[in-house]
Amino acid sequence: MSKGVLYDANKCIGCRACQVACKQWNQLPAEATTNTGTLENPPKLSASTFTKIHFTEAEDNGKFQFVFTKLQCMHCEHPACATACPVAALQKTKEGPVIYDDNRCFGCRYCQVACPFGIPNFEWDKPMPWIRKCTFCADRLGGGLEPACVKTCPTGALEFGERDDLIVIAKERIAASPDKYVDHIYGEKEVGGLSWLYLSPVPFEELGFPTLGTEPVTVNAERAMGAVPPVLVAVAAIMTGVYLVIQRRQKMSQTKENDKNKVEVTK
Amino acid sequence: MIQRIRSFPIGTTIITAIVIACLPAFVIRYMYGLGAISNLSDGRPWGLWISFDLYCGVALAAGGFTLAAVVYIFGREKYHPVARPAILTAFLGYQLVILALLVDLGQPWYIWHAIIYWNWHSPLFEVAICVMTYTAVLALEFSPAIFERLHWNVPLRIIRAIQIPLVIAGVVLSTLHQSSLGSMLLMMPTNLSPLWYTPILPLLFLTSAIAVGPAMVIFESTISSRVFGHRIGQDVMAGIGRAIPYILGIYLLLKLVDLTARGNMGLVFTEYPLNLLWWAEIIIGVVAPIVLFSLPSVRQSSRKLFWSAVLVIVGLVLNRFDVSMIALAPRPGTIYFPSLMEFAISIGLVADALLVIILAHRLLPIAENHASAEGQELAQGQEAT
Ligand code: SF4
Ligand code: SF4
Repeated sequence: MSKGVLYDANKCIGCRACQVACKQWNQLPAEATTNTGTLENPPKLSASTFTKIHFTEAEDNGKFQFVFTKLQCMHCEHPACATACPVAALQKTKEGPVIYDDNRCFGCRYCQVACPFGIPNFEWDKPMPWIRKCTFCADRLGGGLEPACVKTCPTGALEFGERDDLIVIAKERIAASPDKYVDHIYGEKEVGGLSWLYLSPVPFEELGFPTLGTEPVTVNAERAMGAVPPVLVAVAAIMTGVYLVIQRRQKMSQTKENDKNKVEVTK
Repeated sequence: MIQRIRSFPIGTTIITAIVIACLPAFVIRYMYGLGAISNLSDGRPWGLWISFDLYCGVALAAGGFTLAAVVYIFGREKYHPVARPAILTAFLGYQLVILALLVDLGQPWYIWHAIIYWNWHSPLFEVAICVMTYTAVLALEFSPAIFERLHWNVPLRIIRAIQIPLVIAGVVLSTLHQSSLGSMLLMMPTNLSPLWYTPILPLLFLTSAIAVGPAMVIFESTISSRVFGHRIGQDVMAGIGRAIPYILGIYLLLKLVDLTARGNMGLVFTEYPLNLLWWAEIIIGVVAPIVLFSLPSVRQSSRKLFWSAVLVIVGLVLNRFDVSMIALAPRPGTIYFPSLMEFAISIGLVADALLVIILAHRLLPIAENHASAEGQELAQGQEAT
């Protein structure tokens, strides 16, 4: 059964301890940033920032408030990045994490283009660059630990567990206080399901989450790839057929001409 | 004739200078990373190199497989004189793609990983495998020119013996990866504008590549006949031109039916400003050439034929830029315009290919081939009558 994390925006206080814990566990350097006029920092995820808290100023029940969301790889159930990667450097594990193998990657960046959440990032300033993104602490999970961010969260806004159990918990929370939550678990159905699930007091569009359908983004590409073997055989067969027919026709018209010539000569 | 050849080295010098001028970019890239020479970023990870060198490069090399199919499979000997130059340009086109990838990839020295780590679901895996194999096929298809020159008769005979299987392999590989460049974009249903996103993108890519193949052949042959001074019969050119409206007609039909079937036809009026690009693509690259190539007066004039071919090419380039860059939404807050060095590398690579074409025309029997092919044709014609 695959693991997941439930993030509850109503419990998050925006302390960003998860951001720090992530940097520590993954040994990522700090980023030099400038003041952009918000409390949010750094401005974007990058090759050295796998997760961050995003601040939204929203109106909730007629009063102004901050709504926080945690950004990181969603560890999709049908990850676009893994389907896109030509060398299968990104793979969905059955435990949940979408993991990356830098022994395979050659840096084409298709995963970056394909991910509907804009998550994989690239080391643009390195002569030998790799893709970097949240690992779901696959190394910790393997040792029976929860992810570093979940471990450090002081309010229980992050909850780690079986994905199916988390969906039940989320539904219970919405049912218990329907005035505090929008009736939508982001990640339950989006693009075929995400390992990371979200609860929010305001609609997810307002938080900058992409509005996505329930169909995995990979279906059309996978269908097209499935058509490759039959197309290969068909084109080869048609071309060979055409060639043989045309050869035969040319030969026949030639022999006919020759016959004619012969007749003329004998005459 | 003599003057032409004399005046030529100046052009060659300029081209060589361009190639040398972009070498520093490579050095900077391998010292300070891709970010130092390009405006690419996490928000826009693919830029000019992918749109121009990969997407346009592969499509514009389609002259190779279309002409090879027409001559060797459909048995239209008449077009033999333009087949070899077309195969040469295709071969160079693919080398351009590979060279550009060596700049664009983060870890180009691991490019061979595509051969050992397979991901059957990835359209880019298919592109990688096809580009590699097809480049080899093109090299073999072109190799007779070199063997003829060196008078190596044994390898020449071997290649001649497997010529038809080679051409068929070339057609199959081209079909697959021209279309799989379209499949690559299928992965981005949320980012690519619905004016362009459709499950039949692979088919549209294939059809437009087949249409631009002959246009490229007209384009190159006209230029090379000016530069190198060998003549190609107007009937050959006109014959190639006559095929274009049919293919573009199918392309147009596919596009319109698809938009209507998905209920997105209205977008061509409402999706401002992207719809302007859509209209430009359709009018410049599809409708105008359909009309022009259908006119006998156009087909009889090599100048008009040339400019009509240019329209098809411009339309295709526009289309490939639209789908792989302009109509493909970047991550929020990203604006991208290629950097000077990105342009320099793209231009340098094209100049590089031109240099090889010039050398090949000088050293190898490409032009002579016309004479001999015409001779063959004459002989055949006499045989037949
Ligand atoms: S969020 Fe993006 S990077 Fe993470 S698994 Fe999904 S597609 Fe891959
Ligand atoms: S950049 Fe690396 S991980 Fe991403 S798709 Fe390319 S090879 Fe795969």
